[in-house]
Amino acid sequence: MREWKLGKPTREAYGETLLEIGEEYKEIVVLDADLSKSTYTFLFGKKFPDRFFNFGIAEANMVSAAAGLAASGKIPFCSSFACFMINKAYEQIKIGIAGSNLNVKFVASHAGISVGEDGFTQQSVEDIALMATFPGFVIVAPADEFATRWAVKECVKHKGPVYIRTGRPRSPIIYNENTKFEWKKTKVLEEGDDVTIISYGFTLHIALDAHDELLKKGIKARVIDFYTIKPLDEETLLKAAKETKGIVVIEEHLLNGGLGSMIARFLSDKNPCRIKVIGLDDTYGESGTPYELFKKFGLTVENVIKKVEEIISNG
Amino acid sequence: MQRITFSEIETLQKIAKEIRKDIIKMTGNAGSGHPGGSLSCVEILVSLFFKVMRHDPKNPTWSERDRFILSKGHGAPALYATLAQCGYIEREELLTLRKIGSRLQGHPDKRFLPLLEVSTGSLGQGLSVGVGIALAGKIDKKDYRVYVLIGDGESQEGQVWEAAMFSSFHKLDNLCAIMDYNKFQLDGRISEILDIEPVIKKWQSFGWEVFEVKDGHNFEEILWAFEEAKKIKHKPQIIIAHTIKGKGVSFMEGNNHFHGRAPNKEEEIRALKEISEDL
Repeated sequence: MREWKLGKPTREAYGETLLEIGEEYKEIVVLDADLSKSTYTFLFGKKFPDRFFNFGIAEANMVSAAAGLAASGKIPFCSSFACFMINKAYEQIKIGIAGSNLNVKFVASHAGISVGEDGFTQQSVEDIALMATFPGFVIVAPADEFATRWAVKECVKHKGPVYIRTGRPRSPIIYNENTKFEWKKTKVLEEGDDVTIISYGFTLHIALDAHDELLKKGIKARVIDFYTIKPLDEETLLKAAKETKGIVVIEEHLLNGGLGSMIARFLSDKNPCRIKVIGLDDTYGESGTPYELFKKFGLTVENVIKKVEEIISNG
Repeated sequence: MQRITFSEIETLQKIAKEIRKDIIKMTGNAGSGHPGGSLSCVEILVSLFFKVMRHDPKNPTWSERDRFILSKGHGAPALYATLAQCGYIEREELLTLRKIGSRLQGHPDKRFLPLLEVSTGSLGQGLSVGVGIALAGKIDKKDYRVYVLIGDGESQEGQVWEAAMFSSFHKLDNLCAIMDYNKFQLDGRISEILDIEPVIKKWQSFGWEVFEVKDGHNFEEILWAFEEAKKIKHKPQIIIAHTIKGKGVSFMEGNNHFHGRAPNKEEEIRALKEISEDL
């Protein structure tokens, strides 16, 4: 196992980056729904009070107002916990943003079960599935603070709606300030031709740990950081499907509608191969520490190894 | 504004009459749509687009324009017919309403008709969009005003009250809502399904300046309310306009049968005849 150094939570990196780019992009306005201290948008609000609006606990109003701001030439960043902003304002996103071709950036925190102790009401395990239903949305799920900083800066340059998924806990540092990312692409972190392991966000380090353990057994796993979830990086997937024996996806999301299901849909048509997805199987999270929950729901190095071995032994 | 002259009112009435005929023809030709709630808001739309709002049909995206949002998106035929009268779209195009490939979708769709501020059709959202545009106006120190037409039944949506609370707290005096109070919703009388009364007190208690227009088909009354609303500082305004669903066609007036049903051919002919003869 690698010694992971914990960095900042991705939500905090988001707030800091907003603050950093606020001067350059005068069109940016930031909207929050009484969770600005958790999403770190309060940092922007302190420095740019005229461009920061706390909507109170009224997500639907916030999201539709973001549509109005975007229709007036602003670049709104809308933030809250993923489960509240997306689930409560799902239809407002559909009509006001997706169905109106408007340029709004959604950056939500507290995605996945790594939220921990707060329990299932605050843990979004359906955000990817919901956001992926909106035509034209780009979905990015950065793994650490450096990837988050890149994603936030990059999404401003992209004209169109974007969803960036961030998390609550401090994230293991995988990258550094010089790491190069490509918009709408993914990143191969480890080369290998036996199997492919795919993850994104906080659980990426589990994939990398599994890679190391597998190597000890002589199994070379390709590890891909699928930080862009939509549009699907088809080229990278096809390559993995052709060059390795199968794919294991690990994600802190429901199996239905998660990245694994999107990959399976694509590859079952273009290049069928063995795909095993680790995630929440028709159930919700609960209270506990992030790693206790990961263990309970099978988001572990051991489980990844098990799935890899099943693929290799054709089980 | 100077007192409106009789001849000006006559002109507006003529436009309203043309729009009513277009609504009947459009929904009749489409074989579906919402004539009742379209006919009830004609005078409100004519007042806005021909007297109250600053806008330029030759430059639909003019940055200084007053904004309009049809939050009760099912009134789309009335909006399209008004836009045609202004010259934003060709009148011939009106008959493409609800047809495949048409810019005139069943409910206003910005993807097809980019001059709209936003798509509408799911009730409750338009006032919040207006909030966003009003905020942008304040940030940019522009003096445009934002007009949002909401339905009476629509006011049952919680989001309307989220927007109401926010607007007064933020003193959005550049935001003006109009409620087309035609007393009906799809399933029947509002007073029987979920009454919104006392609606004036509700808006007042949410910090809005309220104007009540007893006859929402009387241009003098409507225009008075809009002029008074413009004078209000530090508060959003709402005009509660009492209207008649299906206004202008005897067998549609107050007949909720025509909430979401288009006239058939015979009804269309009768309706057009009535509108043409009456004034």
